[in-house]
Amino acid sequence: MDNSKMGKHISSQFDVELKGVRNSVLSMGGEVEKQLADAIRAIKESDHELADKVLSNDRKINAFELDIDNACTQLIAKRQPTASDLRQVIATFKTIADLERIGDETKRIAGVAKETFSSEQQHLLASLENLGQLVLNMLRMVLNAFARMDAEEALEVHQSDQGIDRQYEAMLRQLMTYMMEDPRSIPKIMDVVFSARSLERIGDRCQNIAEYVIYNVHGKDVRHTSVETMQDTVRKPRA
Amino acid sequence: MTQAQANPATTVTARNVEVFYGDTQAIKGIDLDVHTNEVLSFIGPSGCGKSTFLRCLNRMNDTIAGCRVTGSIELDGKDIYHPSVDEVLLRARVGMVFQKPNPFPKSIYDNIAYGPKLHGLVERKPELDDIVESSLRRAGLWEEVKDRLHAPGTGLSGGQQQRLCIARTIAVSPEVILMDEPCSALDPIATGIIEELIHDLKEKFTIVIVTHNMQQAARVSDRTAFFHLGDLVEVSPTDELFTNPKNKRTEDYITGRYG
Repeated sequence: MDNSKMGKHISSQFDVELKGVRNSVLSMGGEVEKQLADAIRAIKESDHELADKVLSNDRKINAFELDIDNACTQLIAKRQPTASDLRQVIATFKTIADLERIGDETKRIAGVAKETFSSEQQHLLASLENLGQLVLNMLRMVLNAFARMDAEEALEVHQSDQGIDRQYEAMLRQLMTYMMEDPRSIPKIMDVVFSARSLERIGDRCQNIAEYVIYNVHGKDVRHTSVETMQDTVRKPRA
Repeated sequence: MTQAQANPATTVTARNVEVFYGDTQAIKGIDLDVHTNEVLSFIGPSGCGKSTFLRCLNRMNDTIAGCRVTGSIELDGKDIYHPSVDEVLLRARVGMVFQKPNPFPKSIYDNIAYGPKLHGLVERKPELDDIVESSLRRAGLWEEVKDRLHAPGTGLSGGQQQRLCIARTIAVSPEVILMDEPCSALDPIATGIIEELIHDLKEKFTIVIVTHNMQQAARVSDRTAFFHLGDLVEVSPTDELFTNPKNKRTEDYITGRYG
């Protein structure tokens, strides 16, 4: 059941409040997406100024989280939402917590962008940027799925995390080889490892958001279930 | 349905129940089982048939002129509309609590003692005293009234009067208690006490409650049935109905949307 296709509430103010919360989540998502894109670009272009901007902008994301949390709390207190409304509020609570953590991971990546890498170490950053683009794409997709409350798309995003995990593991193997070849480079390479780890974690958090979208749409909690269960849930027609 | 609900014991079995007021059909072909020792709530907009159906369960509709009930309703496997059934005795087995507290204009003691005396459940005064005390205790009213048992029941507060009515209902040891919006005339504190009481009563009784307050249905009942325009649209475990209803009409109603 697509929320945007639902009829209006008898209380129009309730509609206004729910819509307000939803729009705020989308704005917060847009902000987080921009932060990640900037952090990746800062790494690629060794742009320290841009990295600083990412670091200071994280405050905005935190403020979004507090605002939306408060709006959801008010909704529960005043409206006692049920059924799909209740699921939307619960999914929102969880989604913004994950978005906020994505913001924190992004900050770590921006921190690495402020390091100075020698010209021989630039290729390390290139593979980080590749992984970054994959993750950024996943974040965009899951935000779209949230905006449209599209469970099919959410399922697709959820499965795309496998590609990110594979890329991450390949990258770790490559970085370990470099470390063995040139132990003096280990501190710098560790920075890259931590960034890659942050990107991989962002992928996991996008998966979480995809699960909340499926929960919101189908009313079934698909966390910690098999791929098959998730597929059955999404493809089963609703009564 | 979950495993635990696969084969519950059933106290009331209704099949293809239809009710007409003159030419107007109030409820249409309802099939519903009331499980033993459950709290089952009926929700739905005004005029949806929930109170009408509730009243079928102890033949209160018999008292309404022009009202006709078809289909079958069984209590413990026996047809309650069979001509041999004494409806006065039936109403002792299936008690009822109404929207507005309606104590008899008698003492608190006599309000409770009336039913057991009428039905010849007791022979001696000490037995009657026991029933009065245990009924008032079970209704959570004993501590508040034990020193004024012979004061008029109508002198109690609204919430106390409603608990007195519940005590009066359980004094004749019914199997089923029907409650028709029992809290709609009460303040939130008195409502909370009654809800707590419903929770305790379900150990001994089967309870069917009609309520306009959906949050109340969500709080007190094990299962919830949603009625709309005389249809039983959905009956589901309460936990599911309020988070993930199966039917679009249920969803629209409980989320407060236009149909």
